Amino acid sequence: MRVLIPPPLHSYTNGRSVVAGRGATLSELLDALDDDFPGIRFRVIDEQDRIRPHIRFFVNAKLAASVGQQVAPADQVQIICALSGG
Amino acid sequence: MNQQRSRVTLMVGTRKGAFLLHGDPSRHQWRIDGPHFLGAIANHLLLDPRDGRTLLMAARTGHLGQTIFRSSDWGKNWVEATTPPAFPKAPAGAESAAAKAVDHVFHLSPGHASQPGVWWAGTSPPGIFRSEDAGTTWAGVPGFNEELVPSISEAIGAVPGGAITHSILVDPADASHMYVGISTGGIFESRDAGRRWRPLNKCVAADFIPTPDPEYGHDPHCIAIHPARPDRLYHQNHCGIYRLDRPGETWERIGRNMPTEIGDIGFPIVLHPRDPDTAWVIPMDGTTIWPRTSVAGRPAVYRTSNAGAAWERQDDGLPREQAWLTIKRQAFGADNCDPVGLYFGTTSGELWMSATEGESWRLITQHLPEIFSVSAGMVAV
Repeated sequence: MRVLIPPPLHSYTNGRSVVAGRGATLSELLDALDDDFPGIRFRVIDEQDRIRPHIRFFVNAKLAASVGQQVAPADQVQIICALSGG
Repeated sequence: MNQQRSRVTLMVGTRKGAFLLHGDPSRHQWRIDGPHFLGAIANHLLLDPRDGRTLLMAARTGHLGQTIFRSSDWGKNWVEATTPPAFPKAPAGAESAAAKAVDHVFHLSPGHASQPGVWWAGTSPPGIFRSEDAGTTWAGVPGFNEELVPSISEAIGAVPGGAITHSILVDPADASHMYVGISTGGIFESRDAGRRWRPLNKCVAADFIPTPDPEYGHDPHCIAIHPARPDRLYHQNHCGIYRLDRPGETWERIGRNMPTEIGDIGFPIVLHPRDPDTAWVIPMDGTTIWPRTSVAGRPAVYRTSNAGAAWERQDDGLPREQAWLTIKRQAFGADNCDPVGLYFGTTSGELWMSATEGESWRLITQHLPEIFSVSAGMVAV
């Protein structure tokens, strides 16, 4: 699974903007990412497993509503830091 | 300044990152190092006074969740906590109020001198967390987070921006004796290292609560315990300046002795490290719609040298007019030198200091991002 990483998280992925992911749901994908890049999950998901307010996940360019969404090996998952403020 | 071989380093947390200012032994020249984590919100940055070299920083970004970083080499390298402060996962189907998430760590506090590696963290929503491994892993304090906080939450309800835990004080004479301040919530005391808590707000005004003399729900802004006389507490409140001498239970509003035209509203309070009778505050305009700026646009620090019986204005070197400074509750600190050095940062990015215990002030630097915290650490040379 191809996962696109936004710049604010590159410090966790050694500067890589594209990494390989695995799992059957977004939650499993995030667990796997955290195994590979410790700390990354908590920066985008809170302790109640909610997506943080300024984070969005797109699966094949469609917005995901929760971390329970299913994903497949051929999918592309993009993590977005939603823009806000001035 | 004392002749011990040490110098002062200032730790400055801002809305857009953290800065270290390394002073020369005379405190005349300052070398600015930073920004560290440019763009990140650095709520609080402290040097561990027990080892003089470990920095701990509470940070988050506008997009990402909160975390804590540690450095043992003056910011060359930072290590992130492997388990940052986080509330327990709520059971499935629990009410939304039970499903709390830490929005940010507002306050860090080193543990007792006898407990190296122990740190405390105060959060918003209100909570306290403890680390026993120098900030690597953090665990919630159930007696506070799951018993005290829910029991007081009805006092004033949720507030925009969230209530914060901003002062965690460990009694230098007793590692299990603690005080914590919640804004809004009040001051609470524990004598068993945080398992059980009781309110300690007698005679503190809470003008915004309809109940007269409530037991809790007050709005302390900053609480300080005197390191050399730990039975003496001071605090700057939304509603005045107070002193409490234990084992007494009743706060005395020493802000009543401030000039009427200045008032006794503000955010930080700083104590002299050796003289329990001396403290400093920076009054803010707390009238009408609460501008929270220097009273009349003329910034001043006020010092008491007699435990609050009288206050003297200290504004030599500060702007004389049209200076609408705001100084936040963690943005005023003191060093350990003799004479004591005082340092405050403004939301407009100015960093001011006095090497004369407030008698005169000078600007160290300006144009920093909005300053959230300023602390001074003594560094051996």
